[in-house]
Amino acid sequence: MQPFTKLTAIAAPLYRANINTDIITPMQYLVGTPRESMGGIAFAPWRFNEDGSENPDFVLNQEPFREAEILIAGPNFACGSSRESAVWALQGLGIRAVIAPGFGGIFANNCYQSGILPVVLPEDVVAGFARQAEAAPHTARFTVDLENCRVIPPQGEPVPFEADALRRSALLQGLDDLGMTKTRVTEIAAFQEADRERRPWIYPGS
Amino acid sequence: MGKSLFDKVWDQHVVAELGDGAVLLHLDRVMLHDLSGYRALKILEERGERVVHPELALGAPDHTALSAPGAQTAGEPYGRVGPEFMELCKRHGIRAEGVDSPGFGILHVIGPEKGLTLPGATLVCGDSHTCTHGGLGALAYGIGSSELVHVLSTQTIIQKKPMRMRIRFNGAPAKGVTPKDMILYVIGQEGTAAGTGYAVEYAGDAIEQMGVEGRMTICNLSIEMGAKIGMVAPDDITIDFLKGREHAPKGADWDAAVAHWRTLKSDADAQFDREIEVDVSEIKPQVTWGTSPEHVVAIDGVVPDPDDAPDPDAREARLAALDYIGLQPGQSMEGVPVDWVFIGSCTNSRITDLRAAAEIVKGRNVAGSLTAWAVPGSAAVKAQAEAEGLDRVFTDAGFEWRAASCSLCVGANGETLAPGQRSISTSNRNFVGRQGPGARTHLASPVMAAAAAVTGAITDVRKLME
Ligand code: SF4
Repeated sequence: MQPFTKLTAIAAPLYRANINTDIITPMQYLVGTPRESMGGIAFAPWRFNEDGSENPDFVLNQEPFREAEILIAGPNFACGSSRESAVWALQGLGIRAVIAPGFGGIFANNCYQSGILPVVLPEDVVAGFARQAEAAPHTARFTVDLENCRVIPPQGEPVPFEADALRRSALLQGLDDLGMTKTRVTEIAAFQEADRERRPWIYPGS
Repeated sequence: MGKSLFDKVWDQHVVAELGDGAVLLHLDRVMLHDLSGYRALKILEERGERVVHPELALGAPDHTALSAPGAQTAGEPYGRVGPEFMELCKRHGIRAEGVDSPGFGILHVIGPEKGLTLPGATLVCGDSHTCTHGGLGALAYGIGSSELVHVLSTQTIIQKKPMRMRIRFNGAPAKGVTPKDMILYVIGQEGTAAGTGYAVEYAGDAIEQMGVEGRMTICNLSIEMGAKIGMVAPDDITIDFLKGREHAPKGADWDAAVAHWRTLKSDADAQFDREIEVDVSEIKPQVTWGTSPEHVVAIDGVVPDPDDAPDPDAREARLAALDYIGLQPGQSMEGVPVDWVFIGSCTNSRITDLRAAAEIVKGRNVAGSLTAWAVPGSAAVKAQAEAEGLDRVFTDAGFEWRAASCSLCVGANGETLAPGQRSISTSNRNFVGRQGPGARTHLASPVMAAAAAVTGAITDVRKLME
């Protein structure tokens, strides 16, 4: 996994509330689509017209936002279905960090598995960022700095954000959960041994 | 300080504290379906990992199986992933119920039905509606495919402890008001993000009197309020439901399990970060008007005016929803004609749902040219319904009696509405494109769906109950 330390990049404003993962990766394209191709179906209902051509009004089809590596999203971003394809699709578009007032809980966990950083900031701050990005697209370069836990917008003061210590250190090192847990196999075995005594009915054949 | 139901179950599964409120949590059960579970097993193999406890896992290709009786594997989506998914499960020693098995069905229906879902157990699945299992007092939630790989190869997950919310449903529901209406009502009041970051316990006398299946319906919609976890404390109703089920504990294990389950309830002085009180007597049958489960009104209500939205963003969202759904502000919900009726999904496809719907359908006919499907949640539910003659009630009225599958809930199997068609559906998501590109979905209870089937339009089911 690619470590996430500090990223300075174009940020695309997509400030709408409750964008769900059915929009980010619609079911009709999903079954059997390989992970590497998910970028191609990202936001399909908005990104493409019915005939398959690009919808020029959609922000991610516009310059310079095609090159965006940061997404500025609305409240409750990526709520709904647990499909991890939503993360893979963003990744396919080149997005490495999403700034929003809040995320669907399953999506946020999925982000960490692919080295994408979800940044939660207050609604007015995120809405302000979105306005900055819209008003001056070509200078809309934001810095998301996980080392110092702050976002530096093109204008104005750096804004601090909170990151779980565990998630932060994993992202900084490019470790996913599995790498961390593998160091604890003996603890897990000990838990199960004691638990088999406490709750034998949970373990078939014990 | 006392502990909540959630805290008790959580604490019993902590393998290690990881700091900052995160823990390594032991998982007692893991379920795999043909989309996320298929991907997880593929990733697992790519990474050279192995499934450490296949005996704690269950698989079923519920998403891509067609609901066409006798031809469930005939669809193209199933062909793409179904056989390989079954093969992957087999290779890793995981019990998988194929479409021809009498144990087949939607995972959130068959887990409880087999007695694999147990009170106080932790359970995950690569599916956001895993919260359904909380109806039995399990701590259950949805995860992504990568997390699923983590679970399969370690039997644990890294999870930050959520905050605790309790929603108390006080009083008794009026005639025609079902568990689905109760939870839709709360989502309408609180919004789709109210539960984000919380584990929700449902309590109150309406829950205490409710059957396990109704509790599962309520827990199922927790995620539509943003909560990954919904739970109901196990009680005599839960214990009766589980007794004698295929994989439920037996003999001395059963007695020990029951004794344990009886300890799983919130202490009188348990603390919650948020408490919501709901007067159930005020709830009427609900129906959604828009493209989010929070876009919901009582059946005698009207489509709200975007200009009355609390803020400009909500106004924009409502305008977009109305544009998609093709309704006007101020329009009555009652009388909106529908093309499709779907009774099914992990929300409302259990035997009690089918019985309630059949009660409305009985002696009536499906209206005009609309298509009405009854899709049982499992092969066992289907068999039970057939033994009770419910299939005849549906087919005599003009319904199609289908085979178990997620089917029109998400259309992963290729079963979708045509663009612009309108359905009333007992599922859980009325999102843009959920039932197919351009499809318009109105969420409601099984009896409300049945009422629309026989009248041809969204109807107040209470009028058919007089
Ligand atoms: S019935 Fe619908 S919500 Fe339930 S598991 Fe299947 S697709 Fe998901």
